[in-house]
Amino acid sequence: MAEKTKQQAKSSFGPVGKALDELDDRLGIAKGGRSLLDKIFPDHWSFMLGEVALYSFVILIGTGIFLTLFYVPSSTVVVYHGSYLPLVGQKVSQAYATSIDLTFSVRCGLLMRQMHHWACDIFLAAMVVHMARVFFTGAFRKPRELNYVLGSTLLILGIVEGFLGYSLPDDLVSGTGIRIAFSIIESIPVIGSYIAFFVFGGNYPGPQIIPRFFIIHVLLIPLIMLGMVTAHLFLLVHQKHTQFPGKGRTETNVVGTAMFPVFAAKATGFLFMVGGVITLLAGFAQINPIWQFGPYDASKISYAVQPDWYMGWLDGALRIWPAWEWTGFGYTWPLEIFIPGVVVPGLIFAVVQGWPVLERRYTKDNEIHNLLDLPRNRPKRTAAGAAVFALVTMMFIASSTDVIANYFHITLEAVLWSMRILVVVVPIITFFLTHKICQELQASQGAGKRKRANVVTRTPDGEYLSAPAEPRPGDEHVDLEPEPVPDFLEDPVVVRERKELLSPVSFTGVRNVVR
Amino acid sequence: MSSEERTPVAFSVAKADDPHMQPKAQNPKLAETLIGLVMLAGIGSLIGFAVAYGMNAQSWIMGGTLGAGVLFLGFGITAWGKYLMPQGPFVEERHTMRGNDDERERFKAAVVQRGGGILGRRKLLAMIAGAGMSAFAVVLVIPVFRSFGPLPGNTLNQTSWKQGTILVDSTGRPIRVNDIAVGGVVTVYPKGLENTDNGQAVDQTILIRVGTEAVVTQQGRESWGPNGYVAYSKLCTHLGCPVGLYEQQLELLVCPCHQSMFTVTNGAEPIFGPAPRPLPQLPLFVGSDGLLRAQGGYDQAVGPGFWNRETSG
Repeated sequence: MAEKTKQQAKSSFGPVGKALDELDDRLGIAKGGRSLLDKIFPDHWSFMLGEVALYSFVILIGTGIFLTLFYVPSSTVVVYHGSYLPLVGQKVSQAYATSIDLTFSVRCGLLMRQMHHWACDIFLAAMVVHMARVFFTGAFRKPRELNYVLGSTLLILGIVEGFLGYSLPDDLVSGTGIRIAFSIIESIPVIGSYIAFFVFGGNYPGPQIIPRFFIIHVLLIPLIMLGMVTAHLFLLVHQKHTQFPGKGRTETNVVGTAMFPVFAAKATGFLFMVGGVITLLAGFAQINPIWQFGPYDASKISYAVQPDWYMGWLDGALRIWPAWEWTGFGYTWPLEIFIPGVVVPGLIFAVVQGWPVLERRYTKDNEIHNLLDLPRNRPKRTAAGAAVFALVTMMFIASSTDVIANYFHITLEAVLWSMRILVVVVPIITFFLTHKICQELQASQGAGKRKRANVVTRTPDGEYLSAPAEPRPGDEHVDLEPEPVPDFLEDPVVVRERKELLSPVSFTGVRNVVR
Repeated sequence: MSSEERTPVAFSVAKADDPHMQPKAQNPKLAETLIGLVMLAGIGSLIGFAVAYGMNAQSWIMGGTLGAGVLFLGFGITAWGKYLMPQGPFVEERHTMRGNDDERERFKAAVVQRGGGILGRRKLLAMIAGAGMSAFAVVLVIPVFRSFGPLPGNTLNQTSWKQGTILVDSTGRPIRVNDIAVGGVVTVYPKGLENTDNGQAVDQTILIRVGTEAVVTQQGRESWGPNGYVAYSKLCTHLGCPVGLYEQQLELLVCPCHQSMFTVTNGAEPIFGPAPRPLPQLPLFVGSDGLLRAQGGYDQAVGPGFWNRETSG
């Protein structure tokens, strides 16, 4: 090639180049490294949701490590002598005492604890929304079924992990949650009480819970999740990202921005932004003030305390299920717990996780899919997903029956029966409504695109003529034909001074280049 | 490899005016200035955090400065990437996951023919090895689980209440017959267990004085409620939350977890909510010393339902 510049003649690309040469001699990174730097990430705002989950996971690990350095996982009763005066002299568990101490006596402790809690709530929310994106756009289809299952398993693990973590401070509210978990396990026919005793190390509460839940929370589940996150990302890179249809985009290519340095900059910055938002929330929005709840005592309880949001739907199911305990064959069948506490969430997760298989069985579609669906073009799938969301949302709302009754001054009974009906009716209505909306959207031309105005003119003779108006600036946007990532720039310095070569600036501030 | 031996590389070069290499910003100079200022603000805020930390400032100040600093910095870096770096679009080809037919056949042959053939040649050995693996799995799982906790046995059907057990409050003070006014309510434990896990979690009982005469909540319980006292297990029969709310006028016990309601004077029958059974009642008597005592244990298991729950005992 004619471009044998000075740069290439020197060609070691300076000290960095030298270092990379040395690395490649030993590790053979040049080929794979270059293709990693050239890796293309398609641009769409919805691809950011998984990133939110990943970055809050990173923050969870960081703040979690900080917390473990001060927290002592022990049920041993101690007399509190810390800096939180209302508790001084009270007998509390060591777990609770150290949770209070790391909140008030460790500098930045309260901030770290609240960051950990906020990051958890955001992590789970981001996973749910990310999964919704993957579901509604059909990104789970072949070849990505396995990654979908990995991801939805991460959501389940995240819920368990969050519940365990919320239990560790051993405050009044957390203990009530564990008690309910014990009862749910206990309700499993035949083996329930055995499993409950093995999980809790004996009858509730026993001295084992805190140290046991601690090690599951800080070691076992995070380790599994870390492994699964790594596998999730590895598969993402290996199978390459999906993309929406668009100019130059086919099933056999990926179009977008390059990993280095563009996507790397955006992703690094976004990691910081997620961290910033979580820190601001932790600074300004109080969450789980355990010092106000007081230490756990199994015979005490607080009123109108809600679990963390991701547990709400499970609590709602338990709340509205009728009292169906059945005694038969000489044994007790606690169906009023077992069905809403085990069967219902089990079925929902089974449907969610098994969806790729179910859909394939239904559509008989065994093709490889790298281009995403618009949700409206798959009305049945979209309607089914919306119905599941409606169901879970209704269950979530049902976990606040008492608060709703109080707030709106209606009887608890009316709220309870309304929720029992709504939890069935709303998902059905949602299904058909969503299905209809999808079909209408498909039928309407240019839905979602900005409409071009019509200009009606009247001639002197009184004749009316109608013609499309001039396009507004920005409407004429034409995407460029995608090209492979170049090795280097001719002369990077020139870029900023070559303005005259570019087309006029658009209305929306985005430069339109028509080739 | 030294640079002299290197064969010339054919680089692909982007021209400076290549539209793929252009930033998205309409005014790169202005964008650069703004992004720089935002990042500087971030650094300033981070310095603010260092100062706040040094002064051990309040949590919201530390959170505000650190959060704003990190957010500004991140915003700047992202904006740099989004508005000032080449936006492409660039393209790369996907390599198909699938290997070619030849590779697939060879792979399958290795697994099924070579591996399966060699293993299949010694069917008995293969079966024994398989049995060994299964035995290992079973042997591994059972003791591990068994070590995790005791067998439940009859534990869940029992409480510590016995004939003559003195009722004490959470401070360990015994309850005398005149201690509680009509309408009063107190959580009681078996004497000596008021500060134990088991006493609090299993034996917790709610003692209510509904009148001054003997209270008969159900047939066959004529002697259970002396001097207007009734005592019920405080463990909700739904999920085991403490039934901590007492509605004095309606004489209802309410569980704050899921709003099950139990009638106090009618044997704690559930009249609302998901609780399936009445709260078990503790039979009481007034000892010669004037202390409230239990006539015996509960006549059934307390708390939520489970498989081998006993109804009389």
